[in-house]
Amino acid sequence: MITLDKRPQPSRLWTIATPLLAVVLTMVCGGLLFAALGKNPVVTIRTIFLDPLFSEFAWYYRPQLLIKGAPLVLIAIGLSFGFRAGIWNIGAEGQYIVGAICGAAVGLAFYPVESALIFPLMVLAAALGGIAWGMIPGVLRVKFGTNEILVSLMLVYVAEQLLAAMALGRLRNPQGMGFPGSRNLAQYPSATSWINESAGMHWGIVAAFIAVIFAYIALSRHIFGFQVRLSGQSPRAARFAGVNPGLLVLVCMGISGGLAGLAGLFEVAGPAGQISIDFNAGYGFTAIIVAFLGRLHPVGILLAGGLMALTYIGGEIAQSNLGLPGAAIQLLQGMLLFFLLAVDLLTNYRVRLRKSEVA
Amino acid sequence: MTEPLLRLSGLTKAYPGVVANRDVSFDIARGEVHALLGENGAGKSTLVKTIYGLVKPDHGTMMLAGQPFAPADPHAARTAGVAMVFQHFSLFDAMNVAENIALGMENPPPQRAIAAQVRRVSDQYGLPLDPTRIVGELSAGERQRVEIIRCLLQDPKLLIMDEPTSVLTPQEVAILFETLRKLRAEGTAILYISHKLEEIRALCDTATVLRLGAVVGTCDPRVTSARDMAELMVGAVLQAPQKADRRAGDVVLTLQNLSARAPHRFGTALMDICLDVRKGEVLGIGGVAGNGQDELVAALSGELRTKAGMITYQGRQIGQMSPNARRRIGLLAAPEERMGHAAAPDMSLTENAVMTAMTRQALTSYGFVHWARARAFAQGVISTFDVRTPGPGTAARSLSGGNLQKFVIGREIMQNPDVLVVNQPTWGVDASAAAAIRQALLDLAAKGAAVICISQDLDELMEISDRFAALNEGRLSVPRPAKGLSVEEIGLMLGGAHDMEVARNGREAKGARDAQKSGVSHVDG
Repeated sequence: MITLDKRPQPSRLWTIATPLLAVVLTMVCGGLLFAALGKNPVVTIRTIFLDPLFSEFAWYYRPQLLIKGAPLVLIAIGLSFGFRAGIWNIGAEGQYIVGAICGAAVGLAFYPVESALIFPLMVLAAALGGIAWGMIPGVLRVKFGTNEILVSLMLVYVAEQLLAAMALGRLRNPQGMGFPGSRNLAQYPSATSWINESAGMHWGIVAAFIAVIFAYIALSRHIFGFQVRLSGQSPRAARFAGVNPGLLVLVCMGISGGLAGLAGLFEVAGPAGQISIDFNAGYGFTAIIVAFLGRLHPVGILLAGGLMALTYIGGEIAQSNLGLPGAAIQLLQGMLLFFLLAVDLLTNYRVRLRKSEVA
Repeated sequence: MTEPLLRLSGLTKAYPGVVANRDVSFDIARGEVHALLGENGAGKSTLVKTIYGLVKPDHGTMMLAGQPFAPADPHAARTAGVAMVFQHFSLFDAMNVAENIALGMENPPPQRAIAAQVRRVSDQYGLPLDPTRIVGELSAGERQRVEIIRCLLQDPKLLIMDEPTSVLTPQEVAILFETLRKLRAEGTAILYISHKLEEIRALCDTATVLRLGAVVGTCDPRVTSARDMAELMVGAVLQAPQKADRRAGDVVLTLQNLSARAPHRFGTALMDICLDVRKGEVLGIGGVAGNGQDELVAALSGELRTKAGMITYQGRQIGQMSPNARRRIGLLAAPEERMGHAAAPDMSLTENAVMTAMTRQALTSYGFVHWARARAFAQGVISTFDVRTPGPGTAARSLSGGNLQKFVIGREIMQNPDVLVVNQPTWGVDASAAAAIRQALLDLAAKGAAVICISQDLDELMEISDRFAALNEGRLSVPRPAKGLSVEEIGLMLGGAHDMEVARNGREAKGARDAQKSGVSHVDG
């Protein structure tokens, strides 16, 4: 009989070990899945997890890892504050889109003027756009007690419609022969987020690292991080400790919205280049997985963002080289989250095998 | 020579790191009220859980009415005739009495049949209870009656009661004892767990005392003094708290018609509370749980905001102040619920120290926490208040209730408050720790602070209070000097009288009270 004993304290060892165990279990079960699809499991797992880093084409894939990982990390860092405090912003995708639209709109308004001020203005606009979009569910929750999960999620679809309207309307490239989509910001020197395109370096990667450092300091050293953690663990104790729950909701929605908006801008002004109908690629949703995979810890999120980017790149390689269906890759990513949540139990519980007692 | 109803022989149960029961043997006779005494952690709960089938002993056997008895689960125990009333009720607030009782049955008969049974049992044993009332509206005493009636419907041979009087007024206790005596007269055995020695002396026929999991003595409580039993329990000579001679100083805190809406559906509205609290006094506030204690503490701590003028502290109107602003000026509070309110269970003691002490102990600068200073403060609380824990890095949830309570109270006392509000400071704390906490409160008052102690334990309040007031339905009685108050007077102050009426009348009274409640103006936020 298997029994679970609650540990008096969360195990430090397992806090670190569970994500690794989840990755290993995902590899094993993913391997079984690929075998069932008629692929060689070892080769497939190697293609997904190792080839982007170590194959002969790694010089091409490594910059891609940074490009894919940066928005995931940036968004996930923002989400982690809210998630720790029990504020469930599921709509980072929408905040990402609106941030991109606002930032791009500022850049496009200045076209073709060249000035060092344009990009900072775009960054500011993107952050404000993301914050504003995040404030909608935040304010509704504080004022009317609505559920921020539903509101933020539904606002993603609103944002998508807004994106389409912008790509087809106000932001459409006047010299684009009527095709949908804006001018290419990546080719507009004052507005691009690229630092070095061939190395995969853009300002979003810098921003992601800065966000990790700031989040780490805020959570471990600052009273704000303490209040966030306290609110998530014991809302009543947090109120007793003087935390204003409404304000905390707004601040957390603001942080996650703002960082998602920034991620949107860095993407649209760099790797994506333009506002188009299908500009958003689901980073806002994947970042939720990244945040939990990283155990809502800034350093963990950095590593998890890297891992998630790896499965994206590796998944694409596997699709093109091995003919693996795209859905199988998504399944693998979903599996990762499931295993993580499942083995999470080990942090707080001790599993014991013992002989069933005589009833 | 009749055989005992239940015979326990050599029961032993070990948990990792602790032996909860060590070779426990005793008999319970038919028609006997048998007291089980012991401090927290003495193994009482484990023992009754063993009898009720929730825990399987490592060694030892039980015999029920001459038959071997090893219940695999509570269902088996109930079938064999063992029933238990837990300290914490397992009732659904939103359902009525009959529905709650039906939920505990294997094959519940129709509602009307249950209602009829409830009425019959409640008449038979003198337990007034209306089966159609919603549980959320019942007093703690009435909720307990629901649990008792639920047990009595099974016709038990042995009824286990865990701390049944901790939530009752003296009058409700009298009703309960009447019921238990009727049951005894019918031959039902009762295993009665309590800290309250005077009650045990009044009710029980035999007492078995546990200490550190083992039986350390058996006595006849009718002829043994409470002090002797307490010392048997603790294994040491008890120190009664020393009340230093002190004179009440100036008024430091004034409540002026303090009113607040109930913060949630089953909360209690505070109504026109007026009170002056003086420096150097301990003001005891008694009352049955759910009569506005939590709300009063919240209004004083700042979790519940009121109109500014309703609370005046050292000449300032503070009704709108935030909890930390109140802490800064010296008004501190320790709420009742340790886990999740006064302390965050998953956080370390250091982090829990930061929770309330960051303002007064200057544990932050520019918003950055001085963890070293916080750790030192937590360590100070731990050593001053003898909190048994490996260190300040331990998670609060791993501490026993008594130890965590010492930490929570100590954390506030170490901040040198001018006014300290505590709610149930010794709830679930063993006798020696409770004495230490009471002494610390008295010492604080002797240094010139005002202490407001809210408690359901009347003995405690009489022991430490200078003045006594009672909360009932969100109203506070006029405080009276504690010296010389008789139990009857206290009982009347607690407003136990309305609970004495039979359920039918109680319902009308309830309606009248609701009408009063709705007359209160909206003041929170």
